[in-house]
Amino acid sequence: MPGFDLIIVGAGIVGCACALEAARAGLRVVIVERGVVGGGTTAAGMGHVVVMDDSPAQLALTAYSRSLWLTMAPELPAGVEYESRGTLWIAADDEEMAEVFSKQTTYAQAGIASQVLDPRELAEAEPYLRSGLAGALLVPDDGVLYPPVAAEYFLSEARRLGVVFLSDHEVVRCGKGRVQFANGTSIEAERILLASGASIDLLPSLPIQKRKGHLLITDRYPGVVSHQLVELGYLKSAHKLTADSVAFNIQPRLTGQLLIGSSRQYGDESREINHAILRSMLERAIEYMPCLKGLSGIRVWTGHRAATADKLPLIGPTADPTLFLAMGFEGLGITNAPGAAVLAIDALLGRASVIDATPYLPSRIRQEAVHA
Amino acid sequence: MKPADVLVIGAGPAGLAAATAASRNGCRVAVLDDNPAAGGQIWRADITRPHQEDAARAAAIAAFHTSGAALLPGRRIVDVPSPSTLLAEAGGHFETYRWDRLILTTGARERFLPFPGWTLPGVFGAGGLQALVKGGYPVAGKRIVVAGTGPLLLAVAAHLREYGASIVTVAEQASTLQMLPFAASLLRSPGKLLQGAGYRRTLGATPYQTGCWPISGQGDEKLRSVTLTNGRRTWTVECDLLACGFHLVPNTELAQLLGCTLQGSFVQVDSQQQTPVAGIYCAGEPTGIAGVDAAQVEGEIAGLAAADCDPLPTRLLARRAKEAAFSRRLTHAFRLRPEVLKLASQETIVCRCEDVTFGQLQTRSNWTDAKLHTRCGMGPCQGRICGAATEALFGWQPTSVRAPLFPIPVAAFCDESSSLNAPSAR
Amino acid sequence: MPDQQIVIHVNGSPISVPAGCTLSAALLMASAPCRISTTGQPRTALCGMGICLECRAIVNGVPHTRTCQTVCQEGMRVETQS
Ligand SMILES: Cc1cc2nc3c(=O)[nH]c(=O)nc-3n(C[C@H](O)[C@H](O)[C@H](O)COP(=O)(O)OP(=O)(O)OC[C@H]3O[C@@H](n4cnc5c(N)ncnc54)[C@H](O)[C@@H]3O)c2cc1C
Ligand code: FES
Repeated sequence: MPGFDLIIVGAGIVGCACALEAARAGLRVVIVERGVVGGGTTAAGMGHVVVMDDSPAQLALTAYSRSLWLTMAPELPAGVEYESRGTLWIAADDEEMAEVFSKQTTYAQAGIASQVLDPRELAEAEPYLRSGLAGALLVPDDGVLYPPVAAEYFLSEARRLGVVFLSDHEVVRCGKGRVQFANGTSIEAERILLASGASIDLLPSLPIQKRKGHLLITDRYPGVVSHQLVELGYLKSAHKLTADSVAFNIQPRLTGQLLIGSSRQYGDESREINHAILRSMLERAIEYMPCLKGLSGIRVWTGHRAATADKLPLIGPTADPTLFLAMGFEGLGITNAPGAAVLAIDALLGRASVIDATPYLPSRIRQEAVHA
Repeated sequence: MKPADVLVIGAGPAGLAAATAASRNGCRVAVLDDNPAAGGQIWRADITRPHQEDAARAAAIAAFHTSGAALLPGRRIVDVPSPSTLLAEAGGHFETYRWDRLILTTGARERFLPFPGWTLPGVFGAGGLQALVKGGYPVAGKRIVVAGTGPLLLAVAAHLREYGASIVTVAEQASTLQMLPFAASLLRSPGKLLQGAGYRRTLGATPYQTGCWPISGQGDEKLRSVTLTNGRRTWTVECDLLACGFHLVPNTELAQLLGCTLQGSFVQVDSQQQTPVAGIYCAGEPTGIAGVDAAQVEGEIAGLAAADCDPLPTRLLARRAKEAAFSRRLTHAFRLRPEVLKLASQETIVCRCEDVTFGQLQTRSNWTDAKLHTRCGMGPCQGRICGAATEALFGWQPTSVRAPLFPIPVAAFCDESSSLNAPSAR
Repeated sequence: MPDQQIVIHVNGSPISVPAGCTLSAALLMASAPCRISTTGQPRTALCGMGICLECRAIVNGVPHTRTCQTVCQEGMRVETQS
């Protein structure tokens, strides 16, 4: 093996974005993956590029990352299926409508365009939603994309700049400048960036929990849904850190297919479909959009989000000076991949970042947790 | 003690035999099948000739009815919501079934291999065209090429000819030499694959070319001609239709969803036809492509075993052993020649649901990679057609099976009203 | 042949078919494709047994219906799905 400056572990969307960013910074990079590119949580996710405002730090990272997606959008290959669909945050009642207005204020302060829709405008924008909804907040610049191909795009750009990719290479140990594979071989570099998604086998002490989600995809029904639709009740349910929850979340794909979500469950690391959760998730969706009932569902799958206690990712150095992290992206890793990549490579090279990187530093969590 | 509830999935020869045996031995038995009538693929009912009965089919169905087992047709298993329940779709509504013993007799489907022109209207599966004709599609006067591999080709050709089609040729990719051992076994029991009125009579007049396969189909909006080769010479024949299939692949998706393990491509069973999952038995094509006789014997054994009959009659076990030997000869005789795996050009579509081309797939490393990055296998057939093709073409192993087994309305996952049905509809 | 004939509508045109006939057979008789593929190719039934989904068409307004598994009923309307 030639000398490398950086070994990236994991070719999900985050690892691939980091590889490209590192290559652009002139580093000699190898990226290693136990399966295929984008085959982890990246393959299981929804691909909603969305600005979120649970916390100021979350808002900063999602807004920054979305701006990077918007810049890239014209160059993305067709297979990435990037579309500027916009998000509709749907309010079912007056309480949620109040949320719409406060969200609009928050977004305006961050320079994020949005527009309040009254019930009539909402019905015009999405005629298949049930009647009697209170309104919605339209965030027009949010997008949707197909994550595995986006990951592969980052990787192929990185490879054009000389990055080496090793698929089917499972890492069994990493740290102290060395990465060891299941086949017994190992490679060394000055720096290692761990981007193994929800899998923390390599650093079991990491404060990351798996949060399982279910999704269903339908056959092609072009024109039924135009925006990514998310219920605002989501804010009440999805971010509780303990209980299982479901929310109405539906995404129109470029193919005309509809991706229906979403569910969140802790303590279930299996990939099996949980029929009780699936049922309540789909009942919730049908409640908001009755016509979904009759649409042909062709596949159901599950995936695991990498959740941290404060819902923010872990980006930056660890106690092992050779080891850096880019993990813990929960339900926002697709959105945040480009921004996180910049922050991670900034941290690696000691560069200053465009946004304040401290909220995402691994050291913010109990010190012993990030010992390699 | 209450009699065991035995549920049989699939009403072909294996399923009917299993149900009959279990019911005769004291079980309450119900057979579910996707089709509107019993018989499976080989004994599919013919709407244009309702009174013409296949003798073997008639005998099996009569025995089934006298046994007291119930037939629940028009029901397709779509999901396994919990280990001992099955969700079935029945004409737009959904039913849940519970079982004490489950016998899977889900049969096989044709294997399709891509070649330029195979997606043109006018190109069908061999068994596919036969099924469409039985469903009312008239082929009288049509010029038809039958091609691919397997004993089905002859049966299909004979059947189409009976309906007035003119068979241009039957092109069997296996060489005469390769088929010799099989021919010998056909001579020993000639009725084996060519049951049915008139097959043998019509067969004599059917042009049958071995060591010959299609390399392309031509036509704009529909098929006009087929180009065939024998490896040395290439020629083109005009025709209206092409019926083309490359033998069979087992339907193992339901078994897999239930947690049954596969051995190679087939469901693993022991001498009692019992799978490694307690209470689940499997018989017929999912355990090995062996034809109708094997299916019936295995079905009967599975039915007896599910009814706790012990010991099993040695005559049955001996017949099964004989059929297993036949199956090995069959597999050997009709194994694919390497040339038929190289027919696709860069632009040839391999995944018909998503129109993914051979060229797009060539750069992928395995089935998961292909699915994620080209959409191959992501369409509504869920990889049943392109998965079998890419397994043959690239050696890709399919990944785990997920619900739903077939596309179903979203509401099917929620339907509270779906009734619990014990298989007791006697 | 069963004597009874029924009338269905394929892409708006009436066609008489034998009772019990499958919709995919009727579409073949009418020389109408079942569906137009994602890259614009006309497609007709392939497997005839409910597996390949090539025979999907719009039946009485419902898209993605497998016509090889559907029996024609008097007055049924079937349209090529694109
Ligand atoms: C149901 C669901 C819906 C979602 N919807 C959205 C959404 O709409 N928008 C959004 O922004 N985000 C969404 N997400 C979140 C998003 O999918 C993830 O945050 C993102 O994919 C994480 O990317 P990653 O690269 O960190 O992880 P992964 O994609 O999991 O990549 C990690 C890679 O590391 C590899 N790896 C792990 N261990 C090893 C090892 N020991 N050796 C070698 N390789 C290893 C894995 O194989 C994997 O390929 C969703 C997630 C789920 C589950
Ligand atoms: S023709 Fe294959 S599903 Fe109908």
